Amino acid sequence: MQPLVEVRDLRYQYDDGTVALDGVDFQLFPGETVAVLGANGSGKTTFVLHLNGLIMGKGSVTVCGMPVEPATLTHVRQKVGLVFQDSDNQLFMPTVLEDVAFGPLNLGLARDQAETRARDALAAVGMAHASSKAPYHLSAGEKKRVAIAGILAMNPEILVLDEPTTFLDPPGQNALVALLDELPQAKILVTHDVDCARALASRAVFFQKGKIAGEGPVQEVVARFNWDRISLQRPAGSRL
Amino acid sequence: MHHVVLDRWSRGGSALHRRDARAKTIAVLVFLIALGTAQRAFLPLSLFYLGILAAAILAAGLPIVAALKRAAVVLPFTAVFAAISLAAGEPMRAAALVGKSYLSALAVLVLVSTTPLPELLGGLERMGVPRYLLMVAQFLYRYLFVISEEAQHMRAALQAKSGTLKRTLWDRAKFGAAGRALGVLFARSYAHAEGIHQAMLARGFQGHFLTLSGRAFGRADAFFVAAALVIVVGARAAVEAWI
Repeated sequence: MQPLVEVRDLRYQYDDGTVALDGVDFQLFPGETVAVLGANGSGKTTFVLHLNGLIMGKGSVTVCGMPVEPATLTHVRQKVGLVFQDSDNQLFMPTVLEDVAFGPLNLGLARDQAETRARDALAAVGMAHASSKAPYHLSAGEKKRVAIAGILAMNPEILVLDEPTTFLDPPGQNALVALLDELPQAKILVTHDVDCARALASRAVFFQKGKIAGEGPVQEVVARFNWDRISLQRPAGSRL
Repeated sequence: MHHVVLDRWSRGGSALHRRDARAKTIAVLVFLIALGTAQRAFLPLSLFYLGILAAAILAAGLPIVAALKRAAVVLPFTAVFAAISLAAGEPMRAAALVGKSYLSALAVLVLVSTTPLPELLGGLERMGVPRYLLMVAQFLYRYLFVISEEAQHMRAALQAKSGTLKRTLWDRAKFGAAGRALGVLFARSYAHAEGIHQAMLARGFQGHFLTLSGRAFGRADAFFVAAALVIVVGARAAVEAWI
């Protein structure tokens, strides 16, 4: 089976000299959901920004058979839908409908087609009632749903979600997990939320110092890197 | 916040709301030029213009008292110049300064209260206003809320650590802390800007803002502009000829 995403020996260094990615190899196949785990600063977000060309490092990134390079960016960005951690950064238009239609209009769709796509996407995430609202009137969970609708309206084959459960309360997290579980696209889930990863992902990769230090079934990766228990240990300061 | 209220007002369904943004912008520009260049018979003219704007506010179904109050937000700025004119022995110039600035603010308020921002910016773009200027205006409008919320959080944090914000100006330590907080707010706003730019690129942005609203300039809009021209310019000519 052809992978939807294929990354070979990806390396990236920030301007200040920090090595963010140090030889990453990765594949994503149709229909699968992969959780990307790892500590802050381990290179997870830098890695996913490469998938639709927001950052370009050394090595190769291929999406749906297309190399990610300046000439293919328009097509790549239609295939890879990136949902950012902070929904406020993603919802920049004055109304929800205008925001969700932003992507389809940039793809060259006519206004009426873009509006139909936007309304369908809002209906898919249960936010059709909010189409005329301003984004700042929405709750954190609603903003996240609208941000996902903005990506779905572009009809992507791959969804990349950066910390999707951040800023959400437990009911909001559960609702979001249920929504993501219903979406048919292949997904890459960058998360610290092990429960979310267990619920959605069939496979996990663990980032450490800009490299994939391990991969496999979510439970195995979590156990191998002691990722679940770390979060439950009392911090040293609390024992003073 | 002001822009939240204006945003709500702008989404009405009156005949004035339905006019093309370009028609309303032209009408307001004509009004501002007629008002700004008026030299004689300023008092009756300004009363007449106030009546026109009040009629427009009522026709648009906006709350008249709240709108008149909101337009007064410019008065503290013009009061300084009016005071200088008064001190120079020119009371009529002082009154004209206050009157003109208030009526100008009210006219612009009527425009933004009856035109949703995307339509207004779209109209201005079609009238030839530089695109990047309009983008800055759009982002400023959208992120005022986010940045002011962050400022409120930082204010609360500063208050929690310093006990009170009173006498901030006179307390060197608190003044320094407030200054640093302002710096952090700027850095956060910058980080937001980078995040927003990435999110825009991720959804195929290629430097041109495309919007759903694309109202055509119809006959009713042309009639509206013609009527505004006749009333505003005609009123000034009539009042100046009469006095």
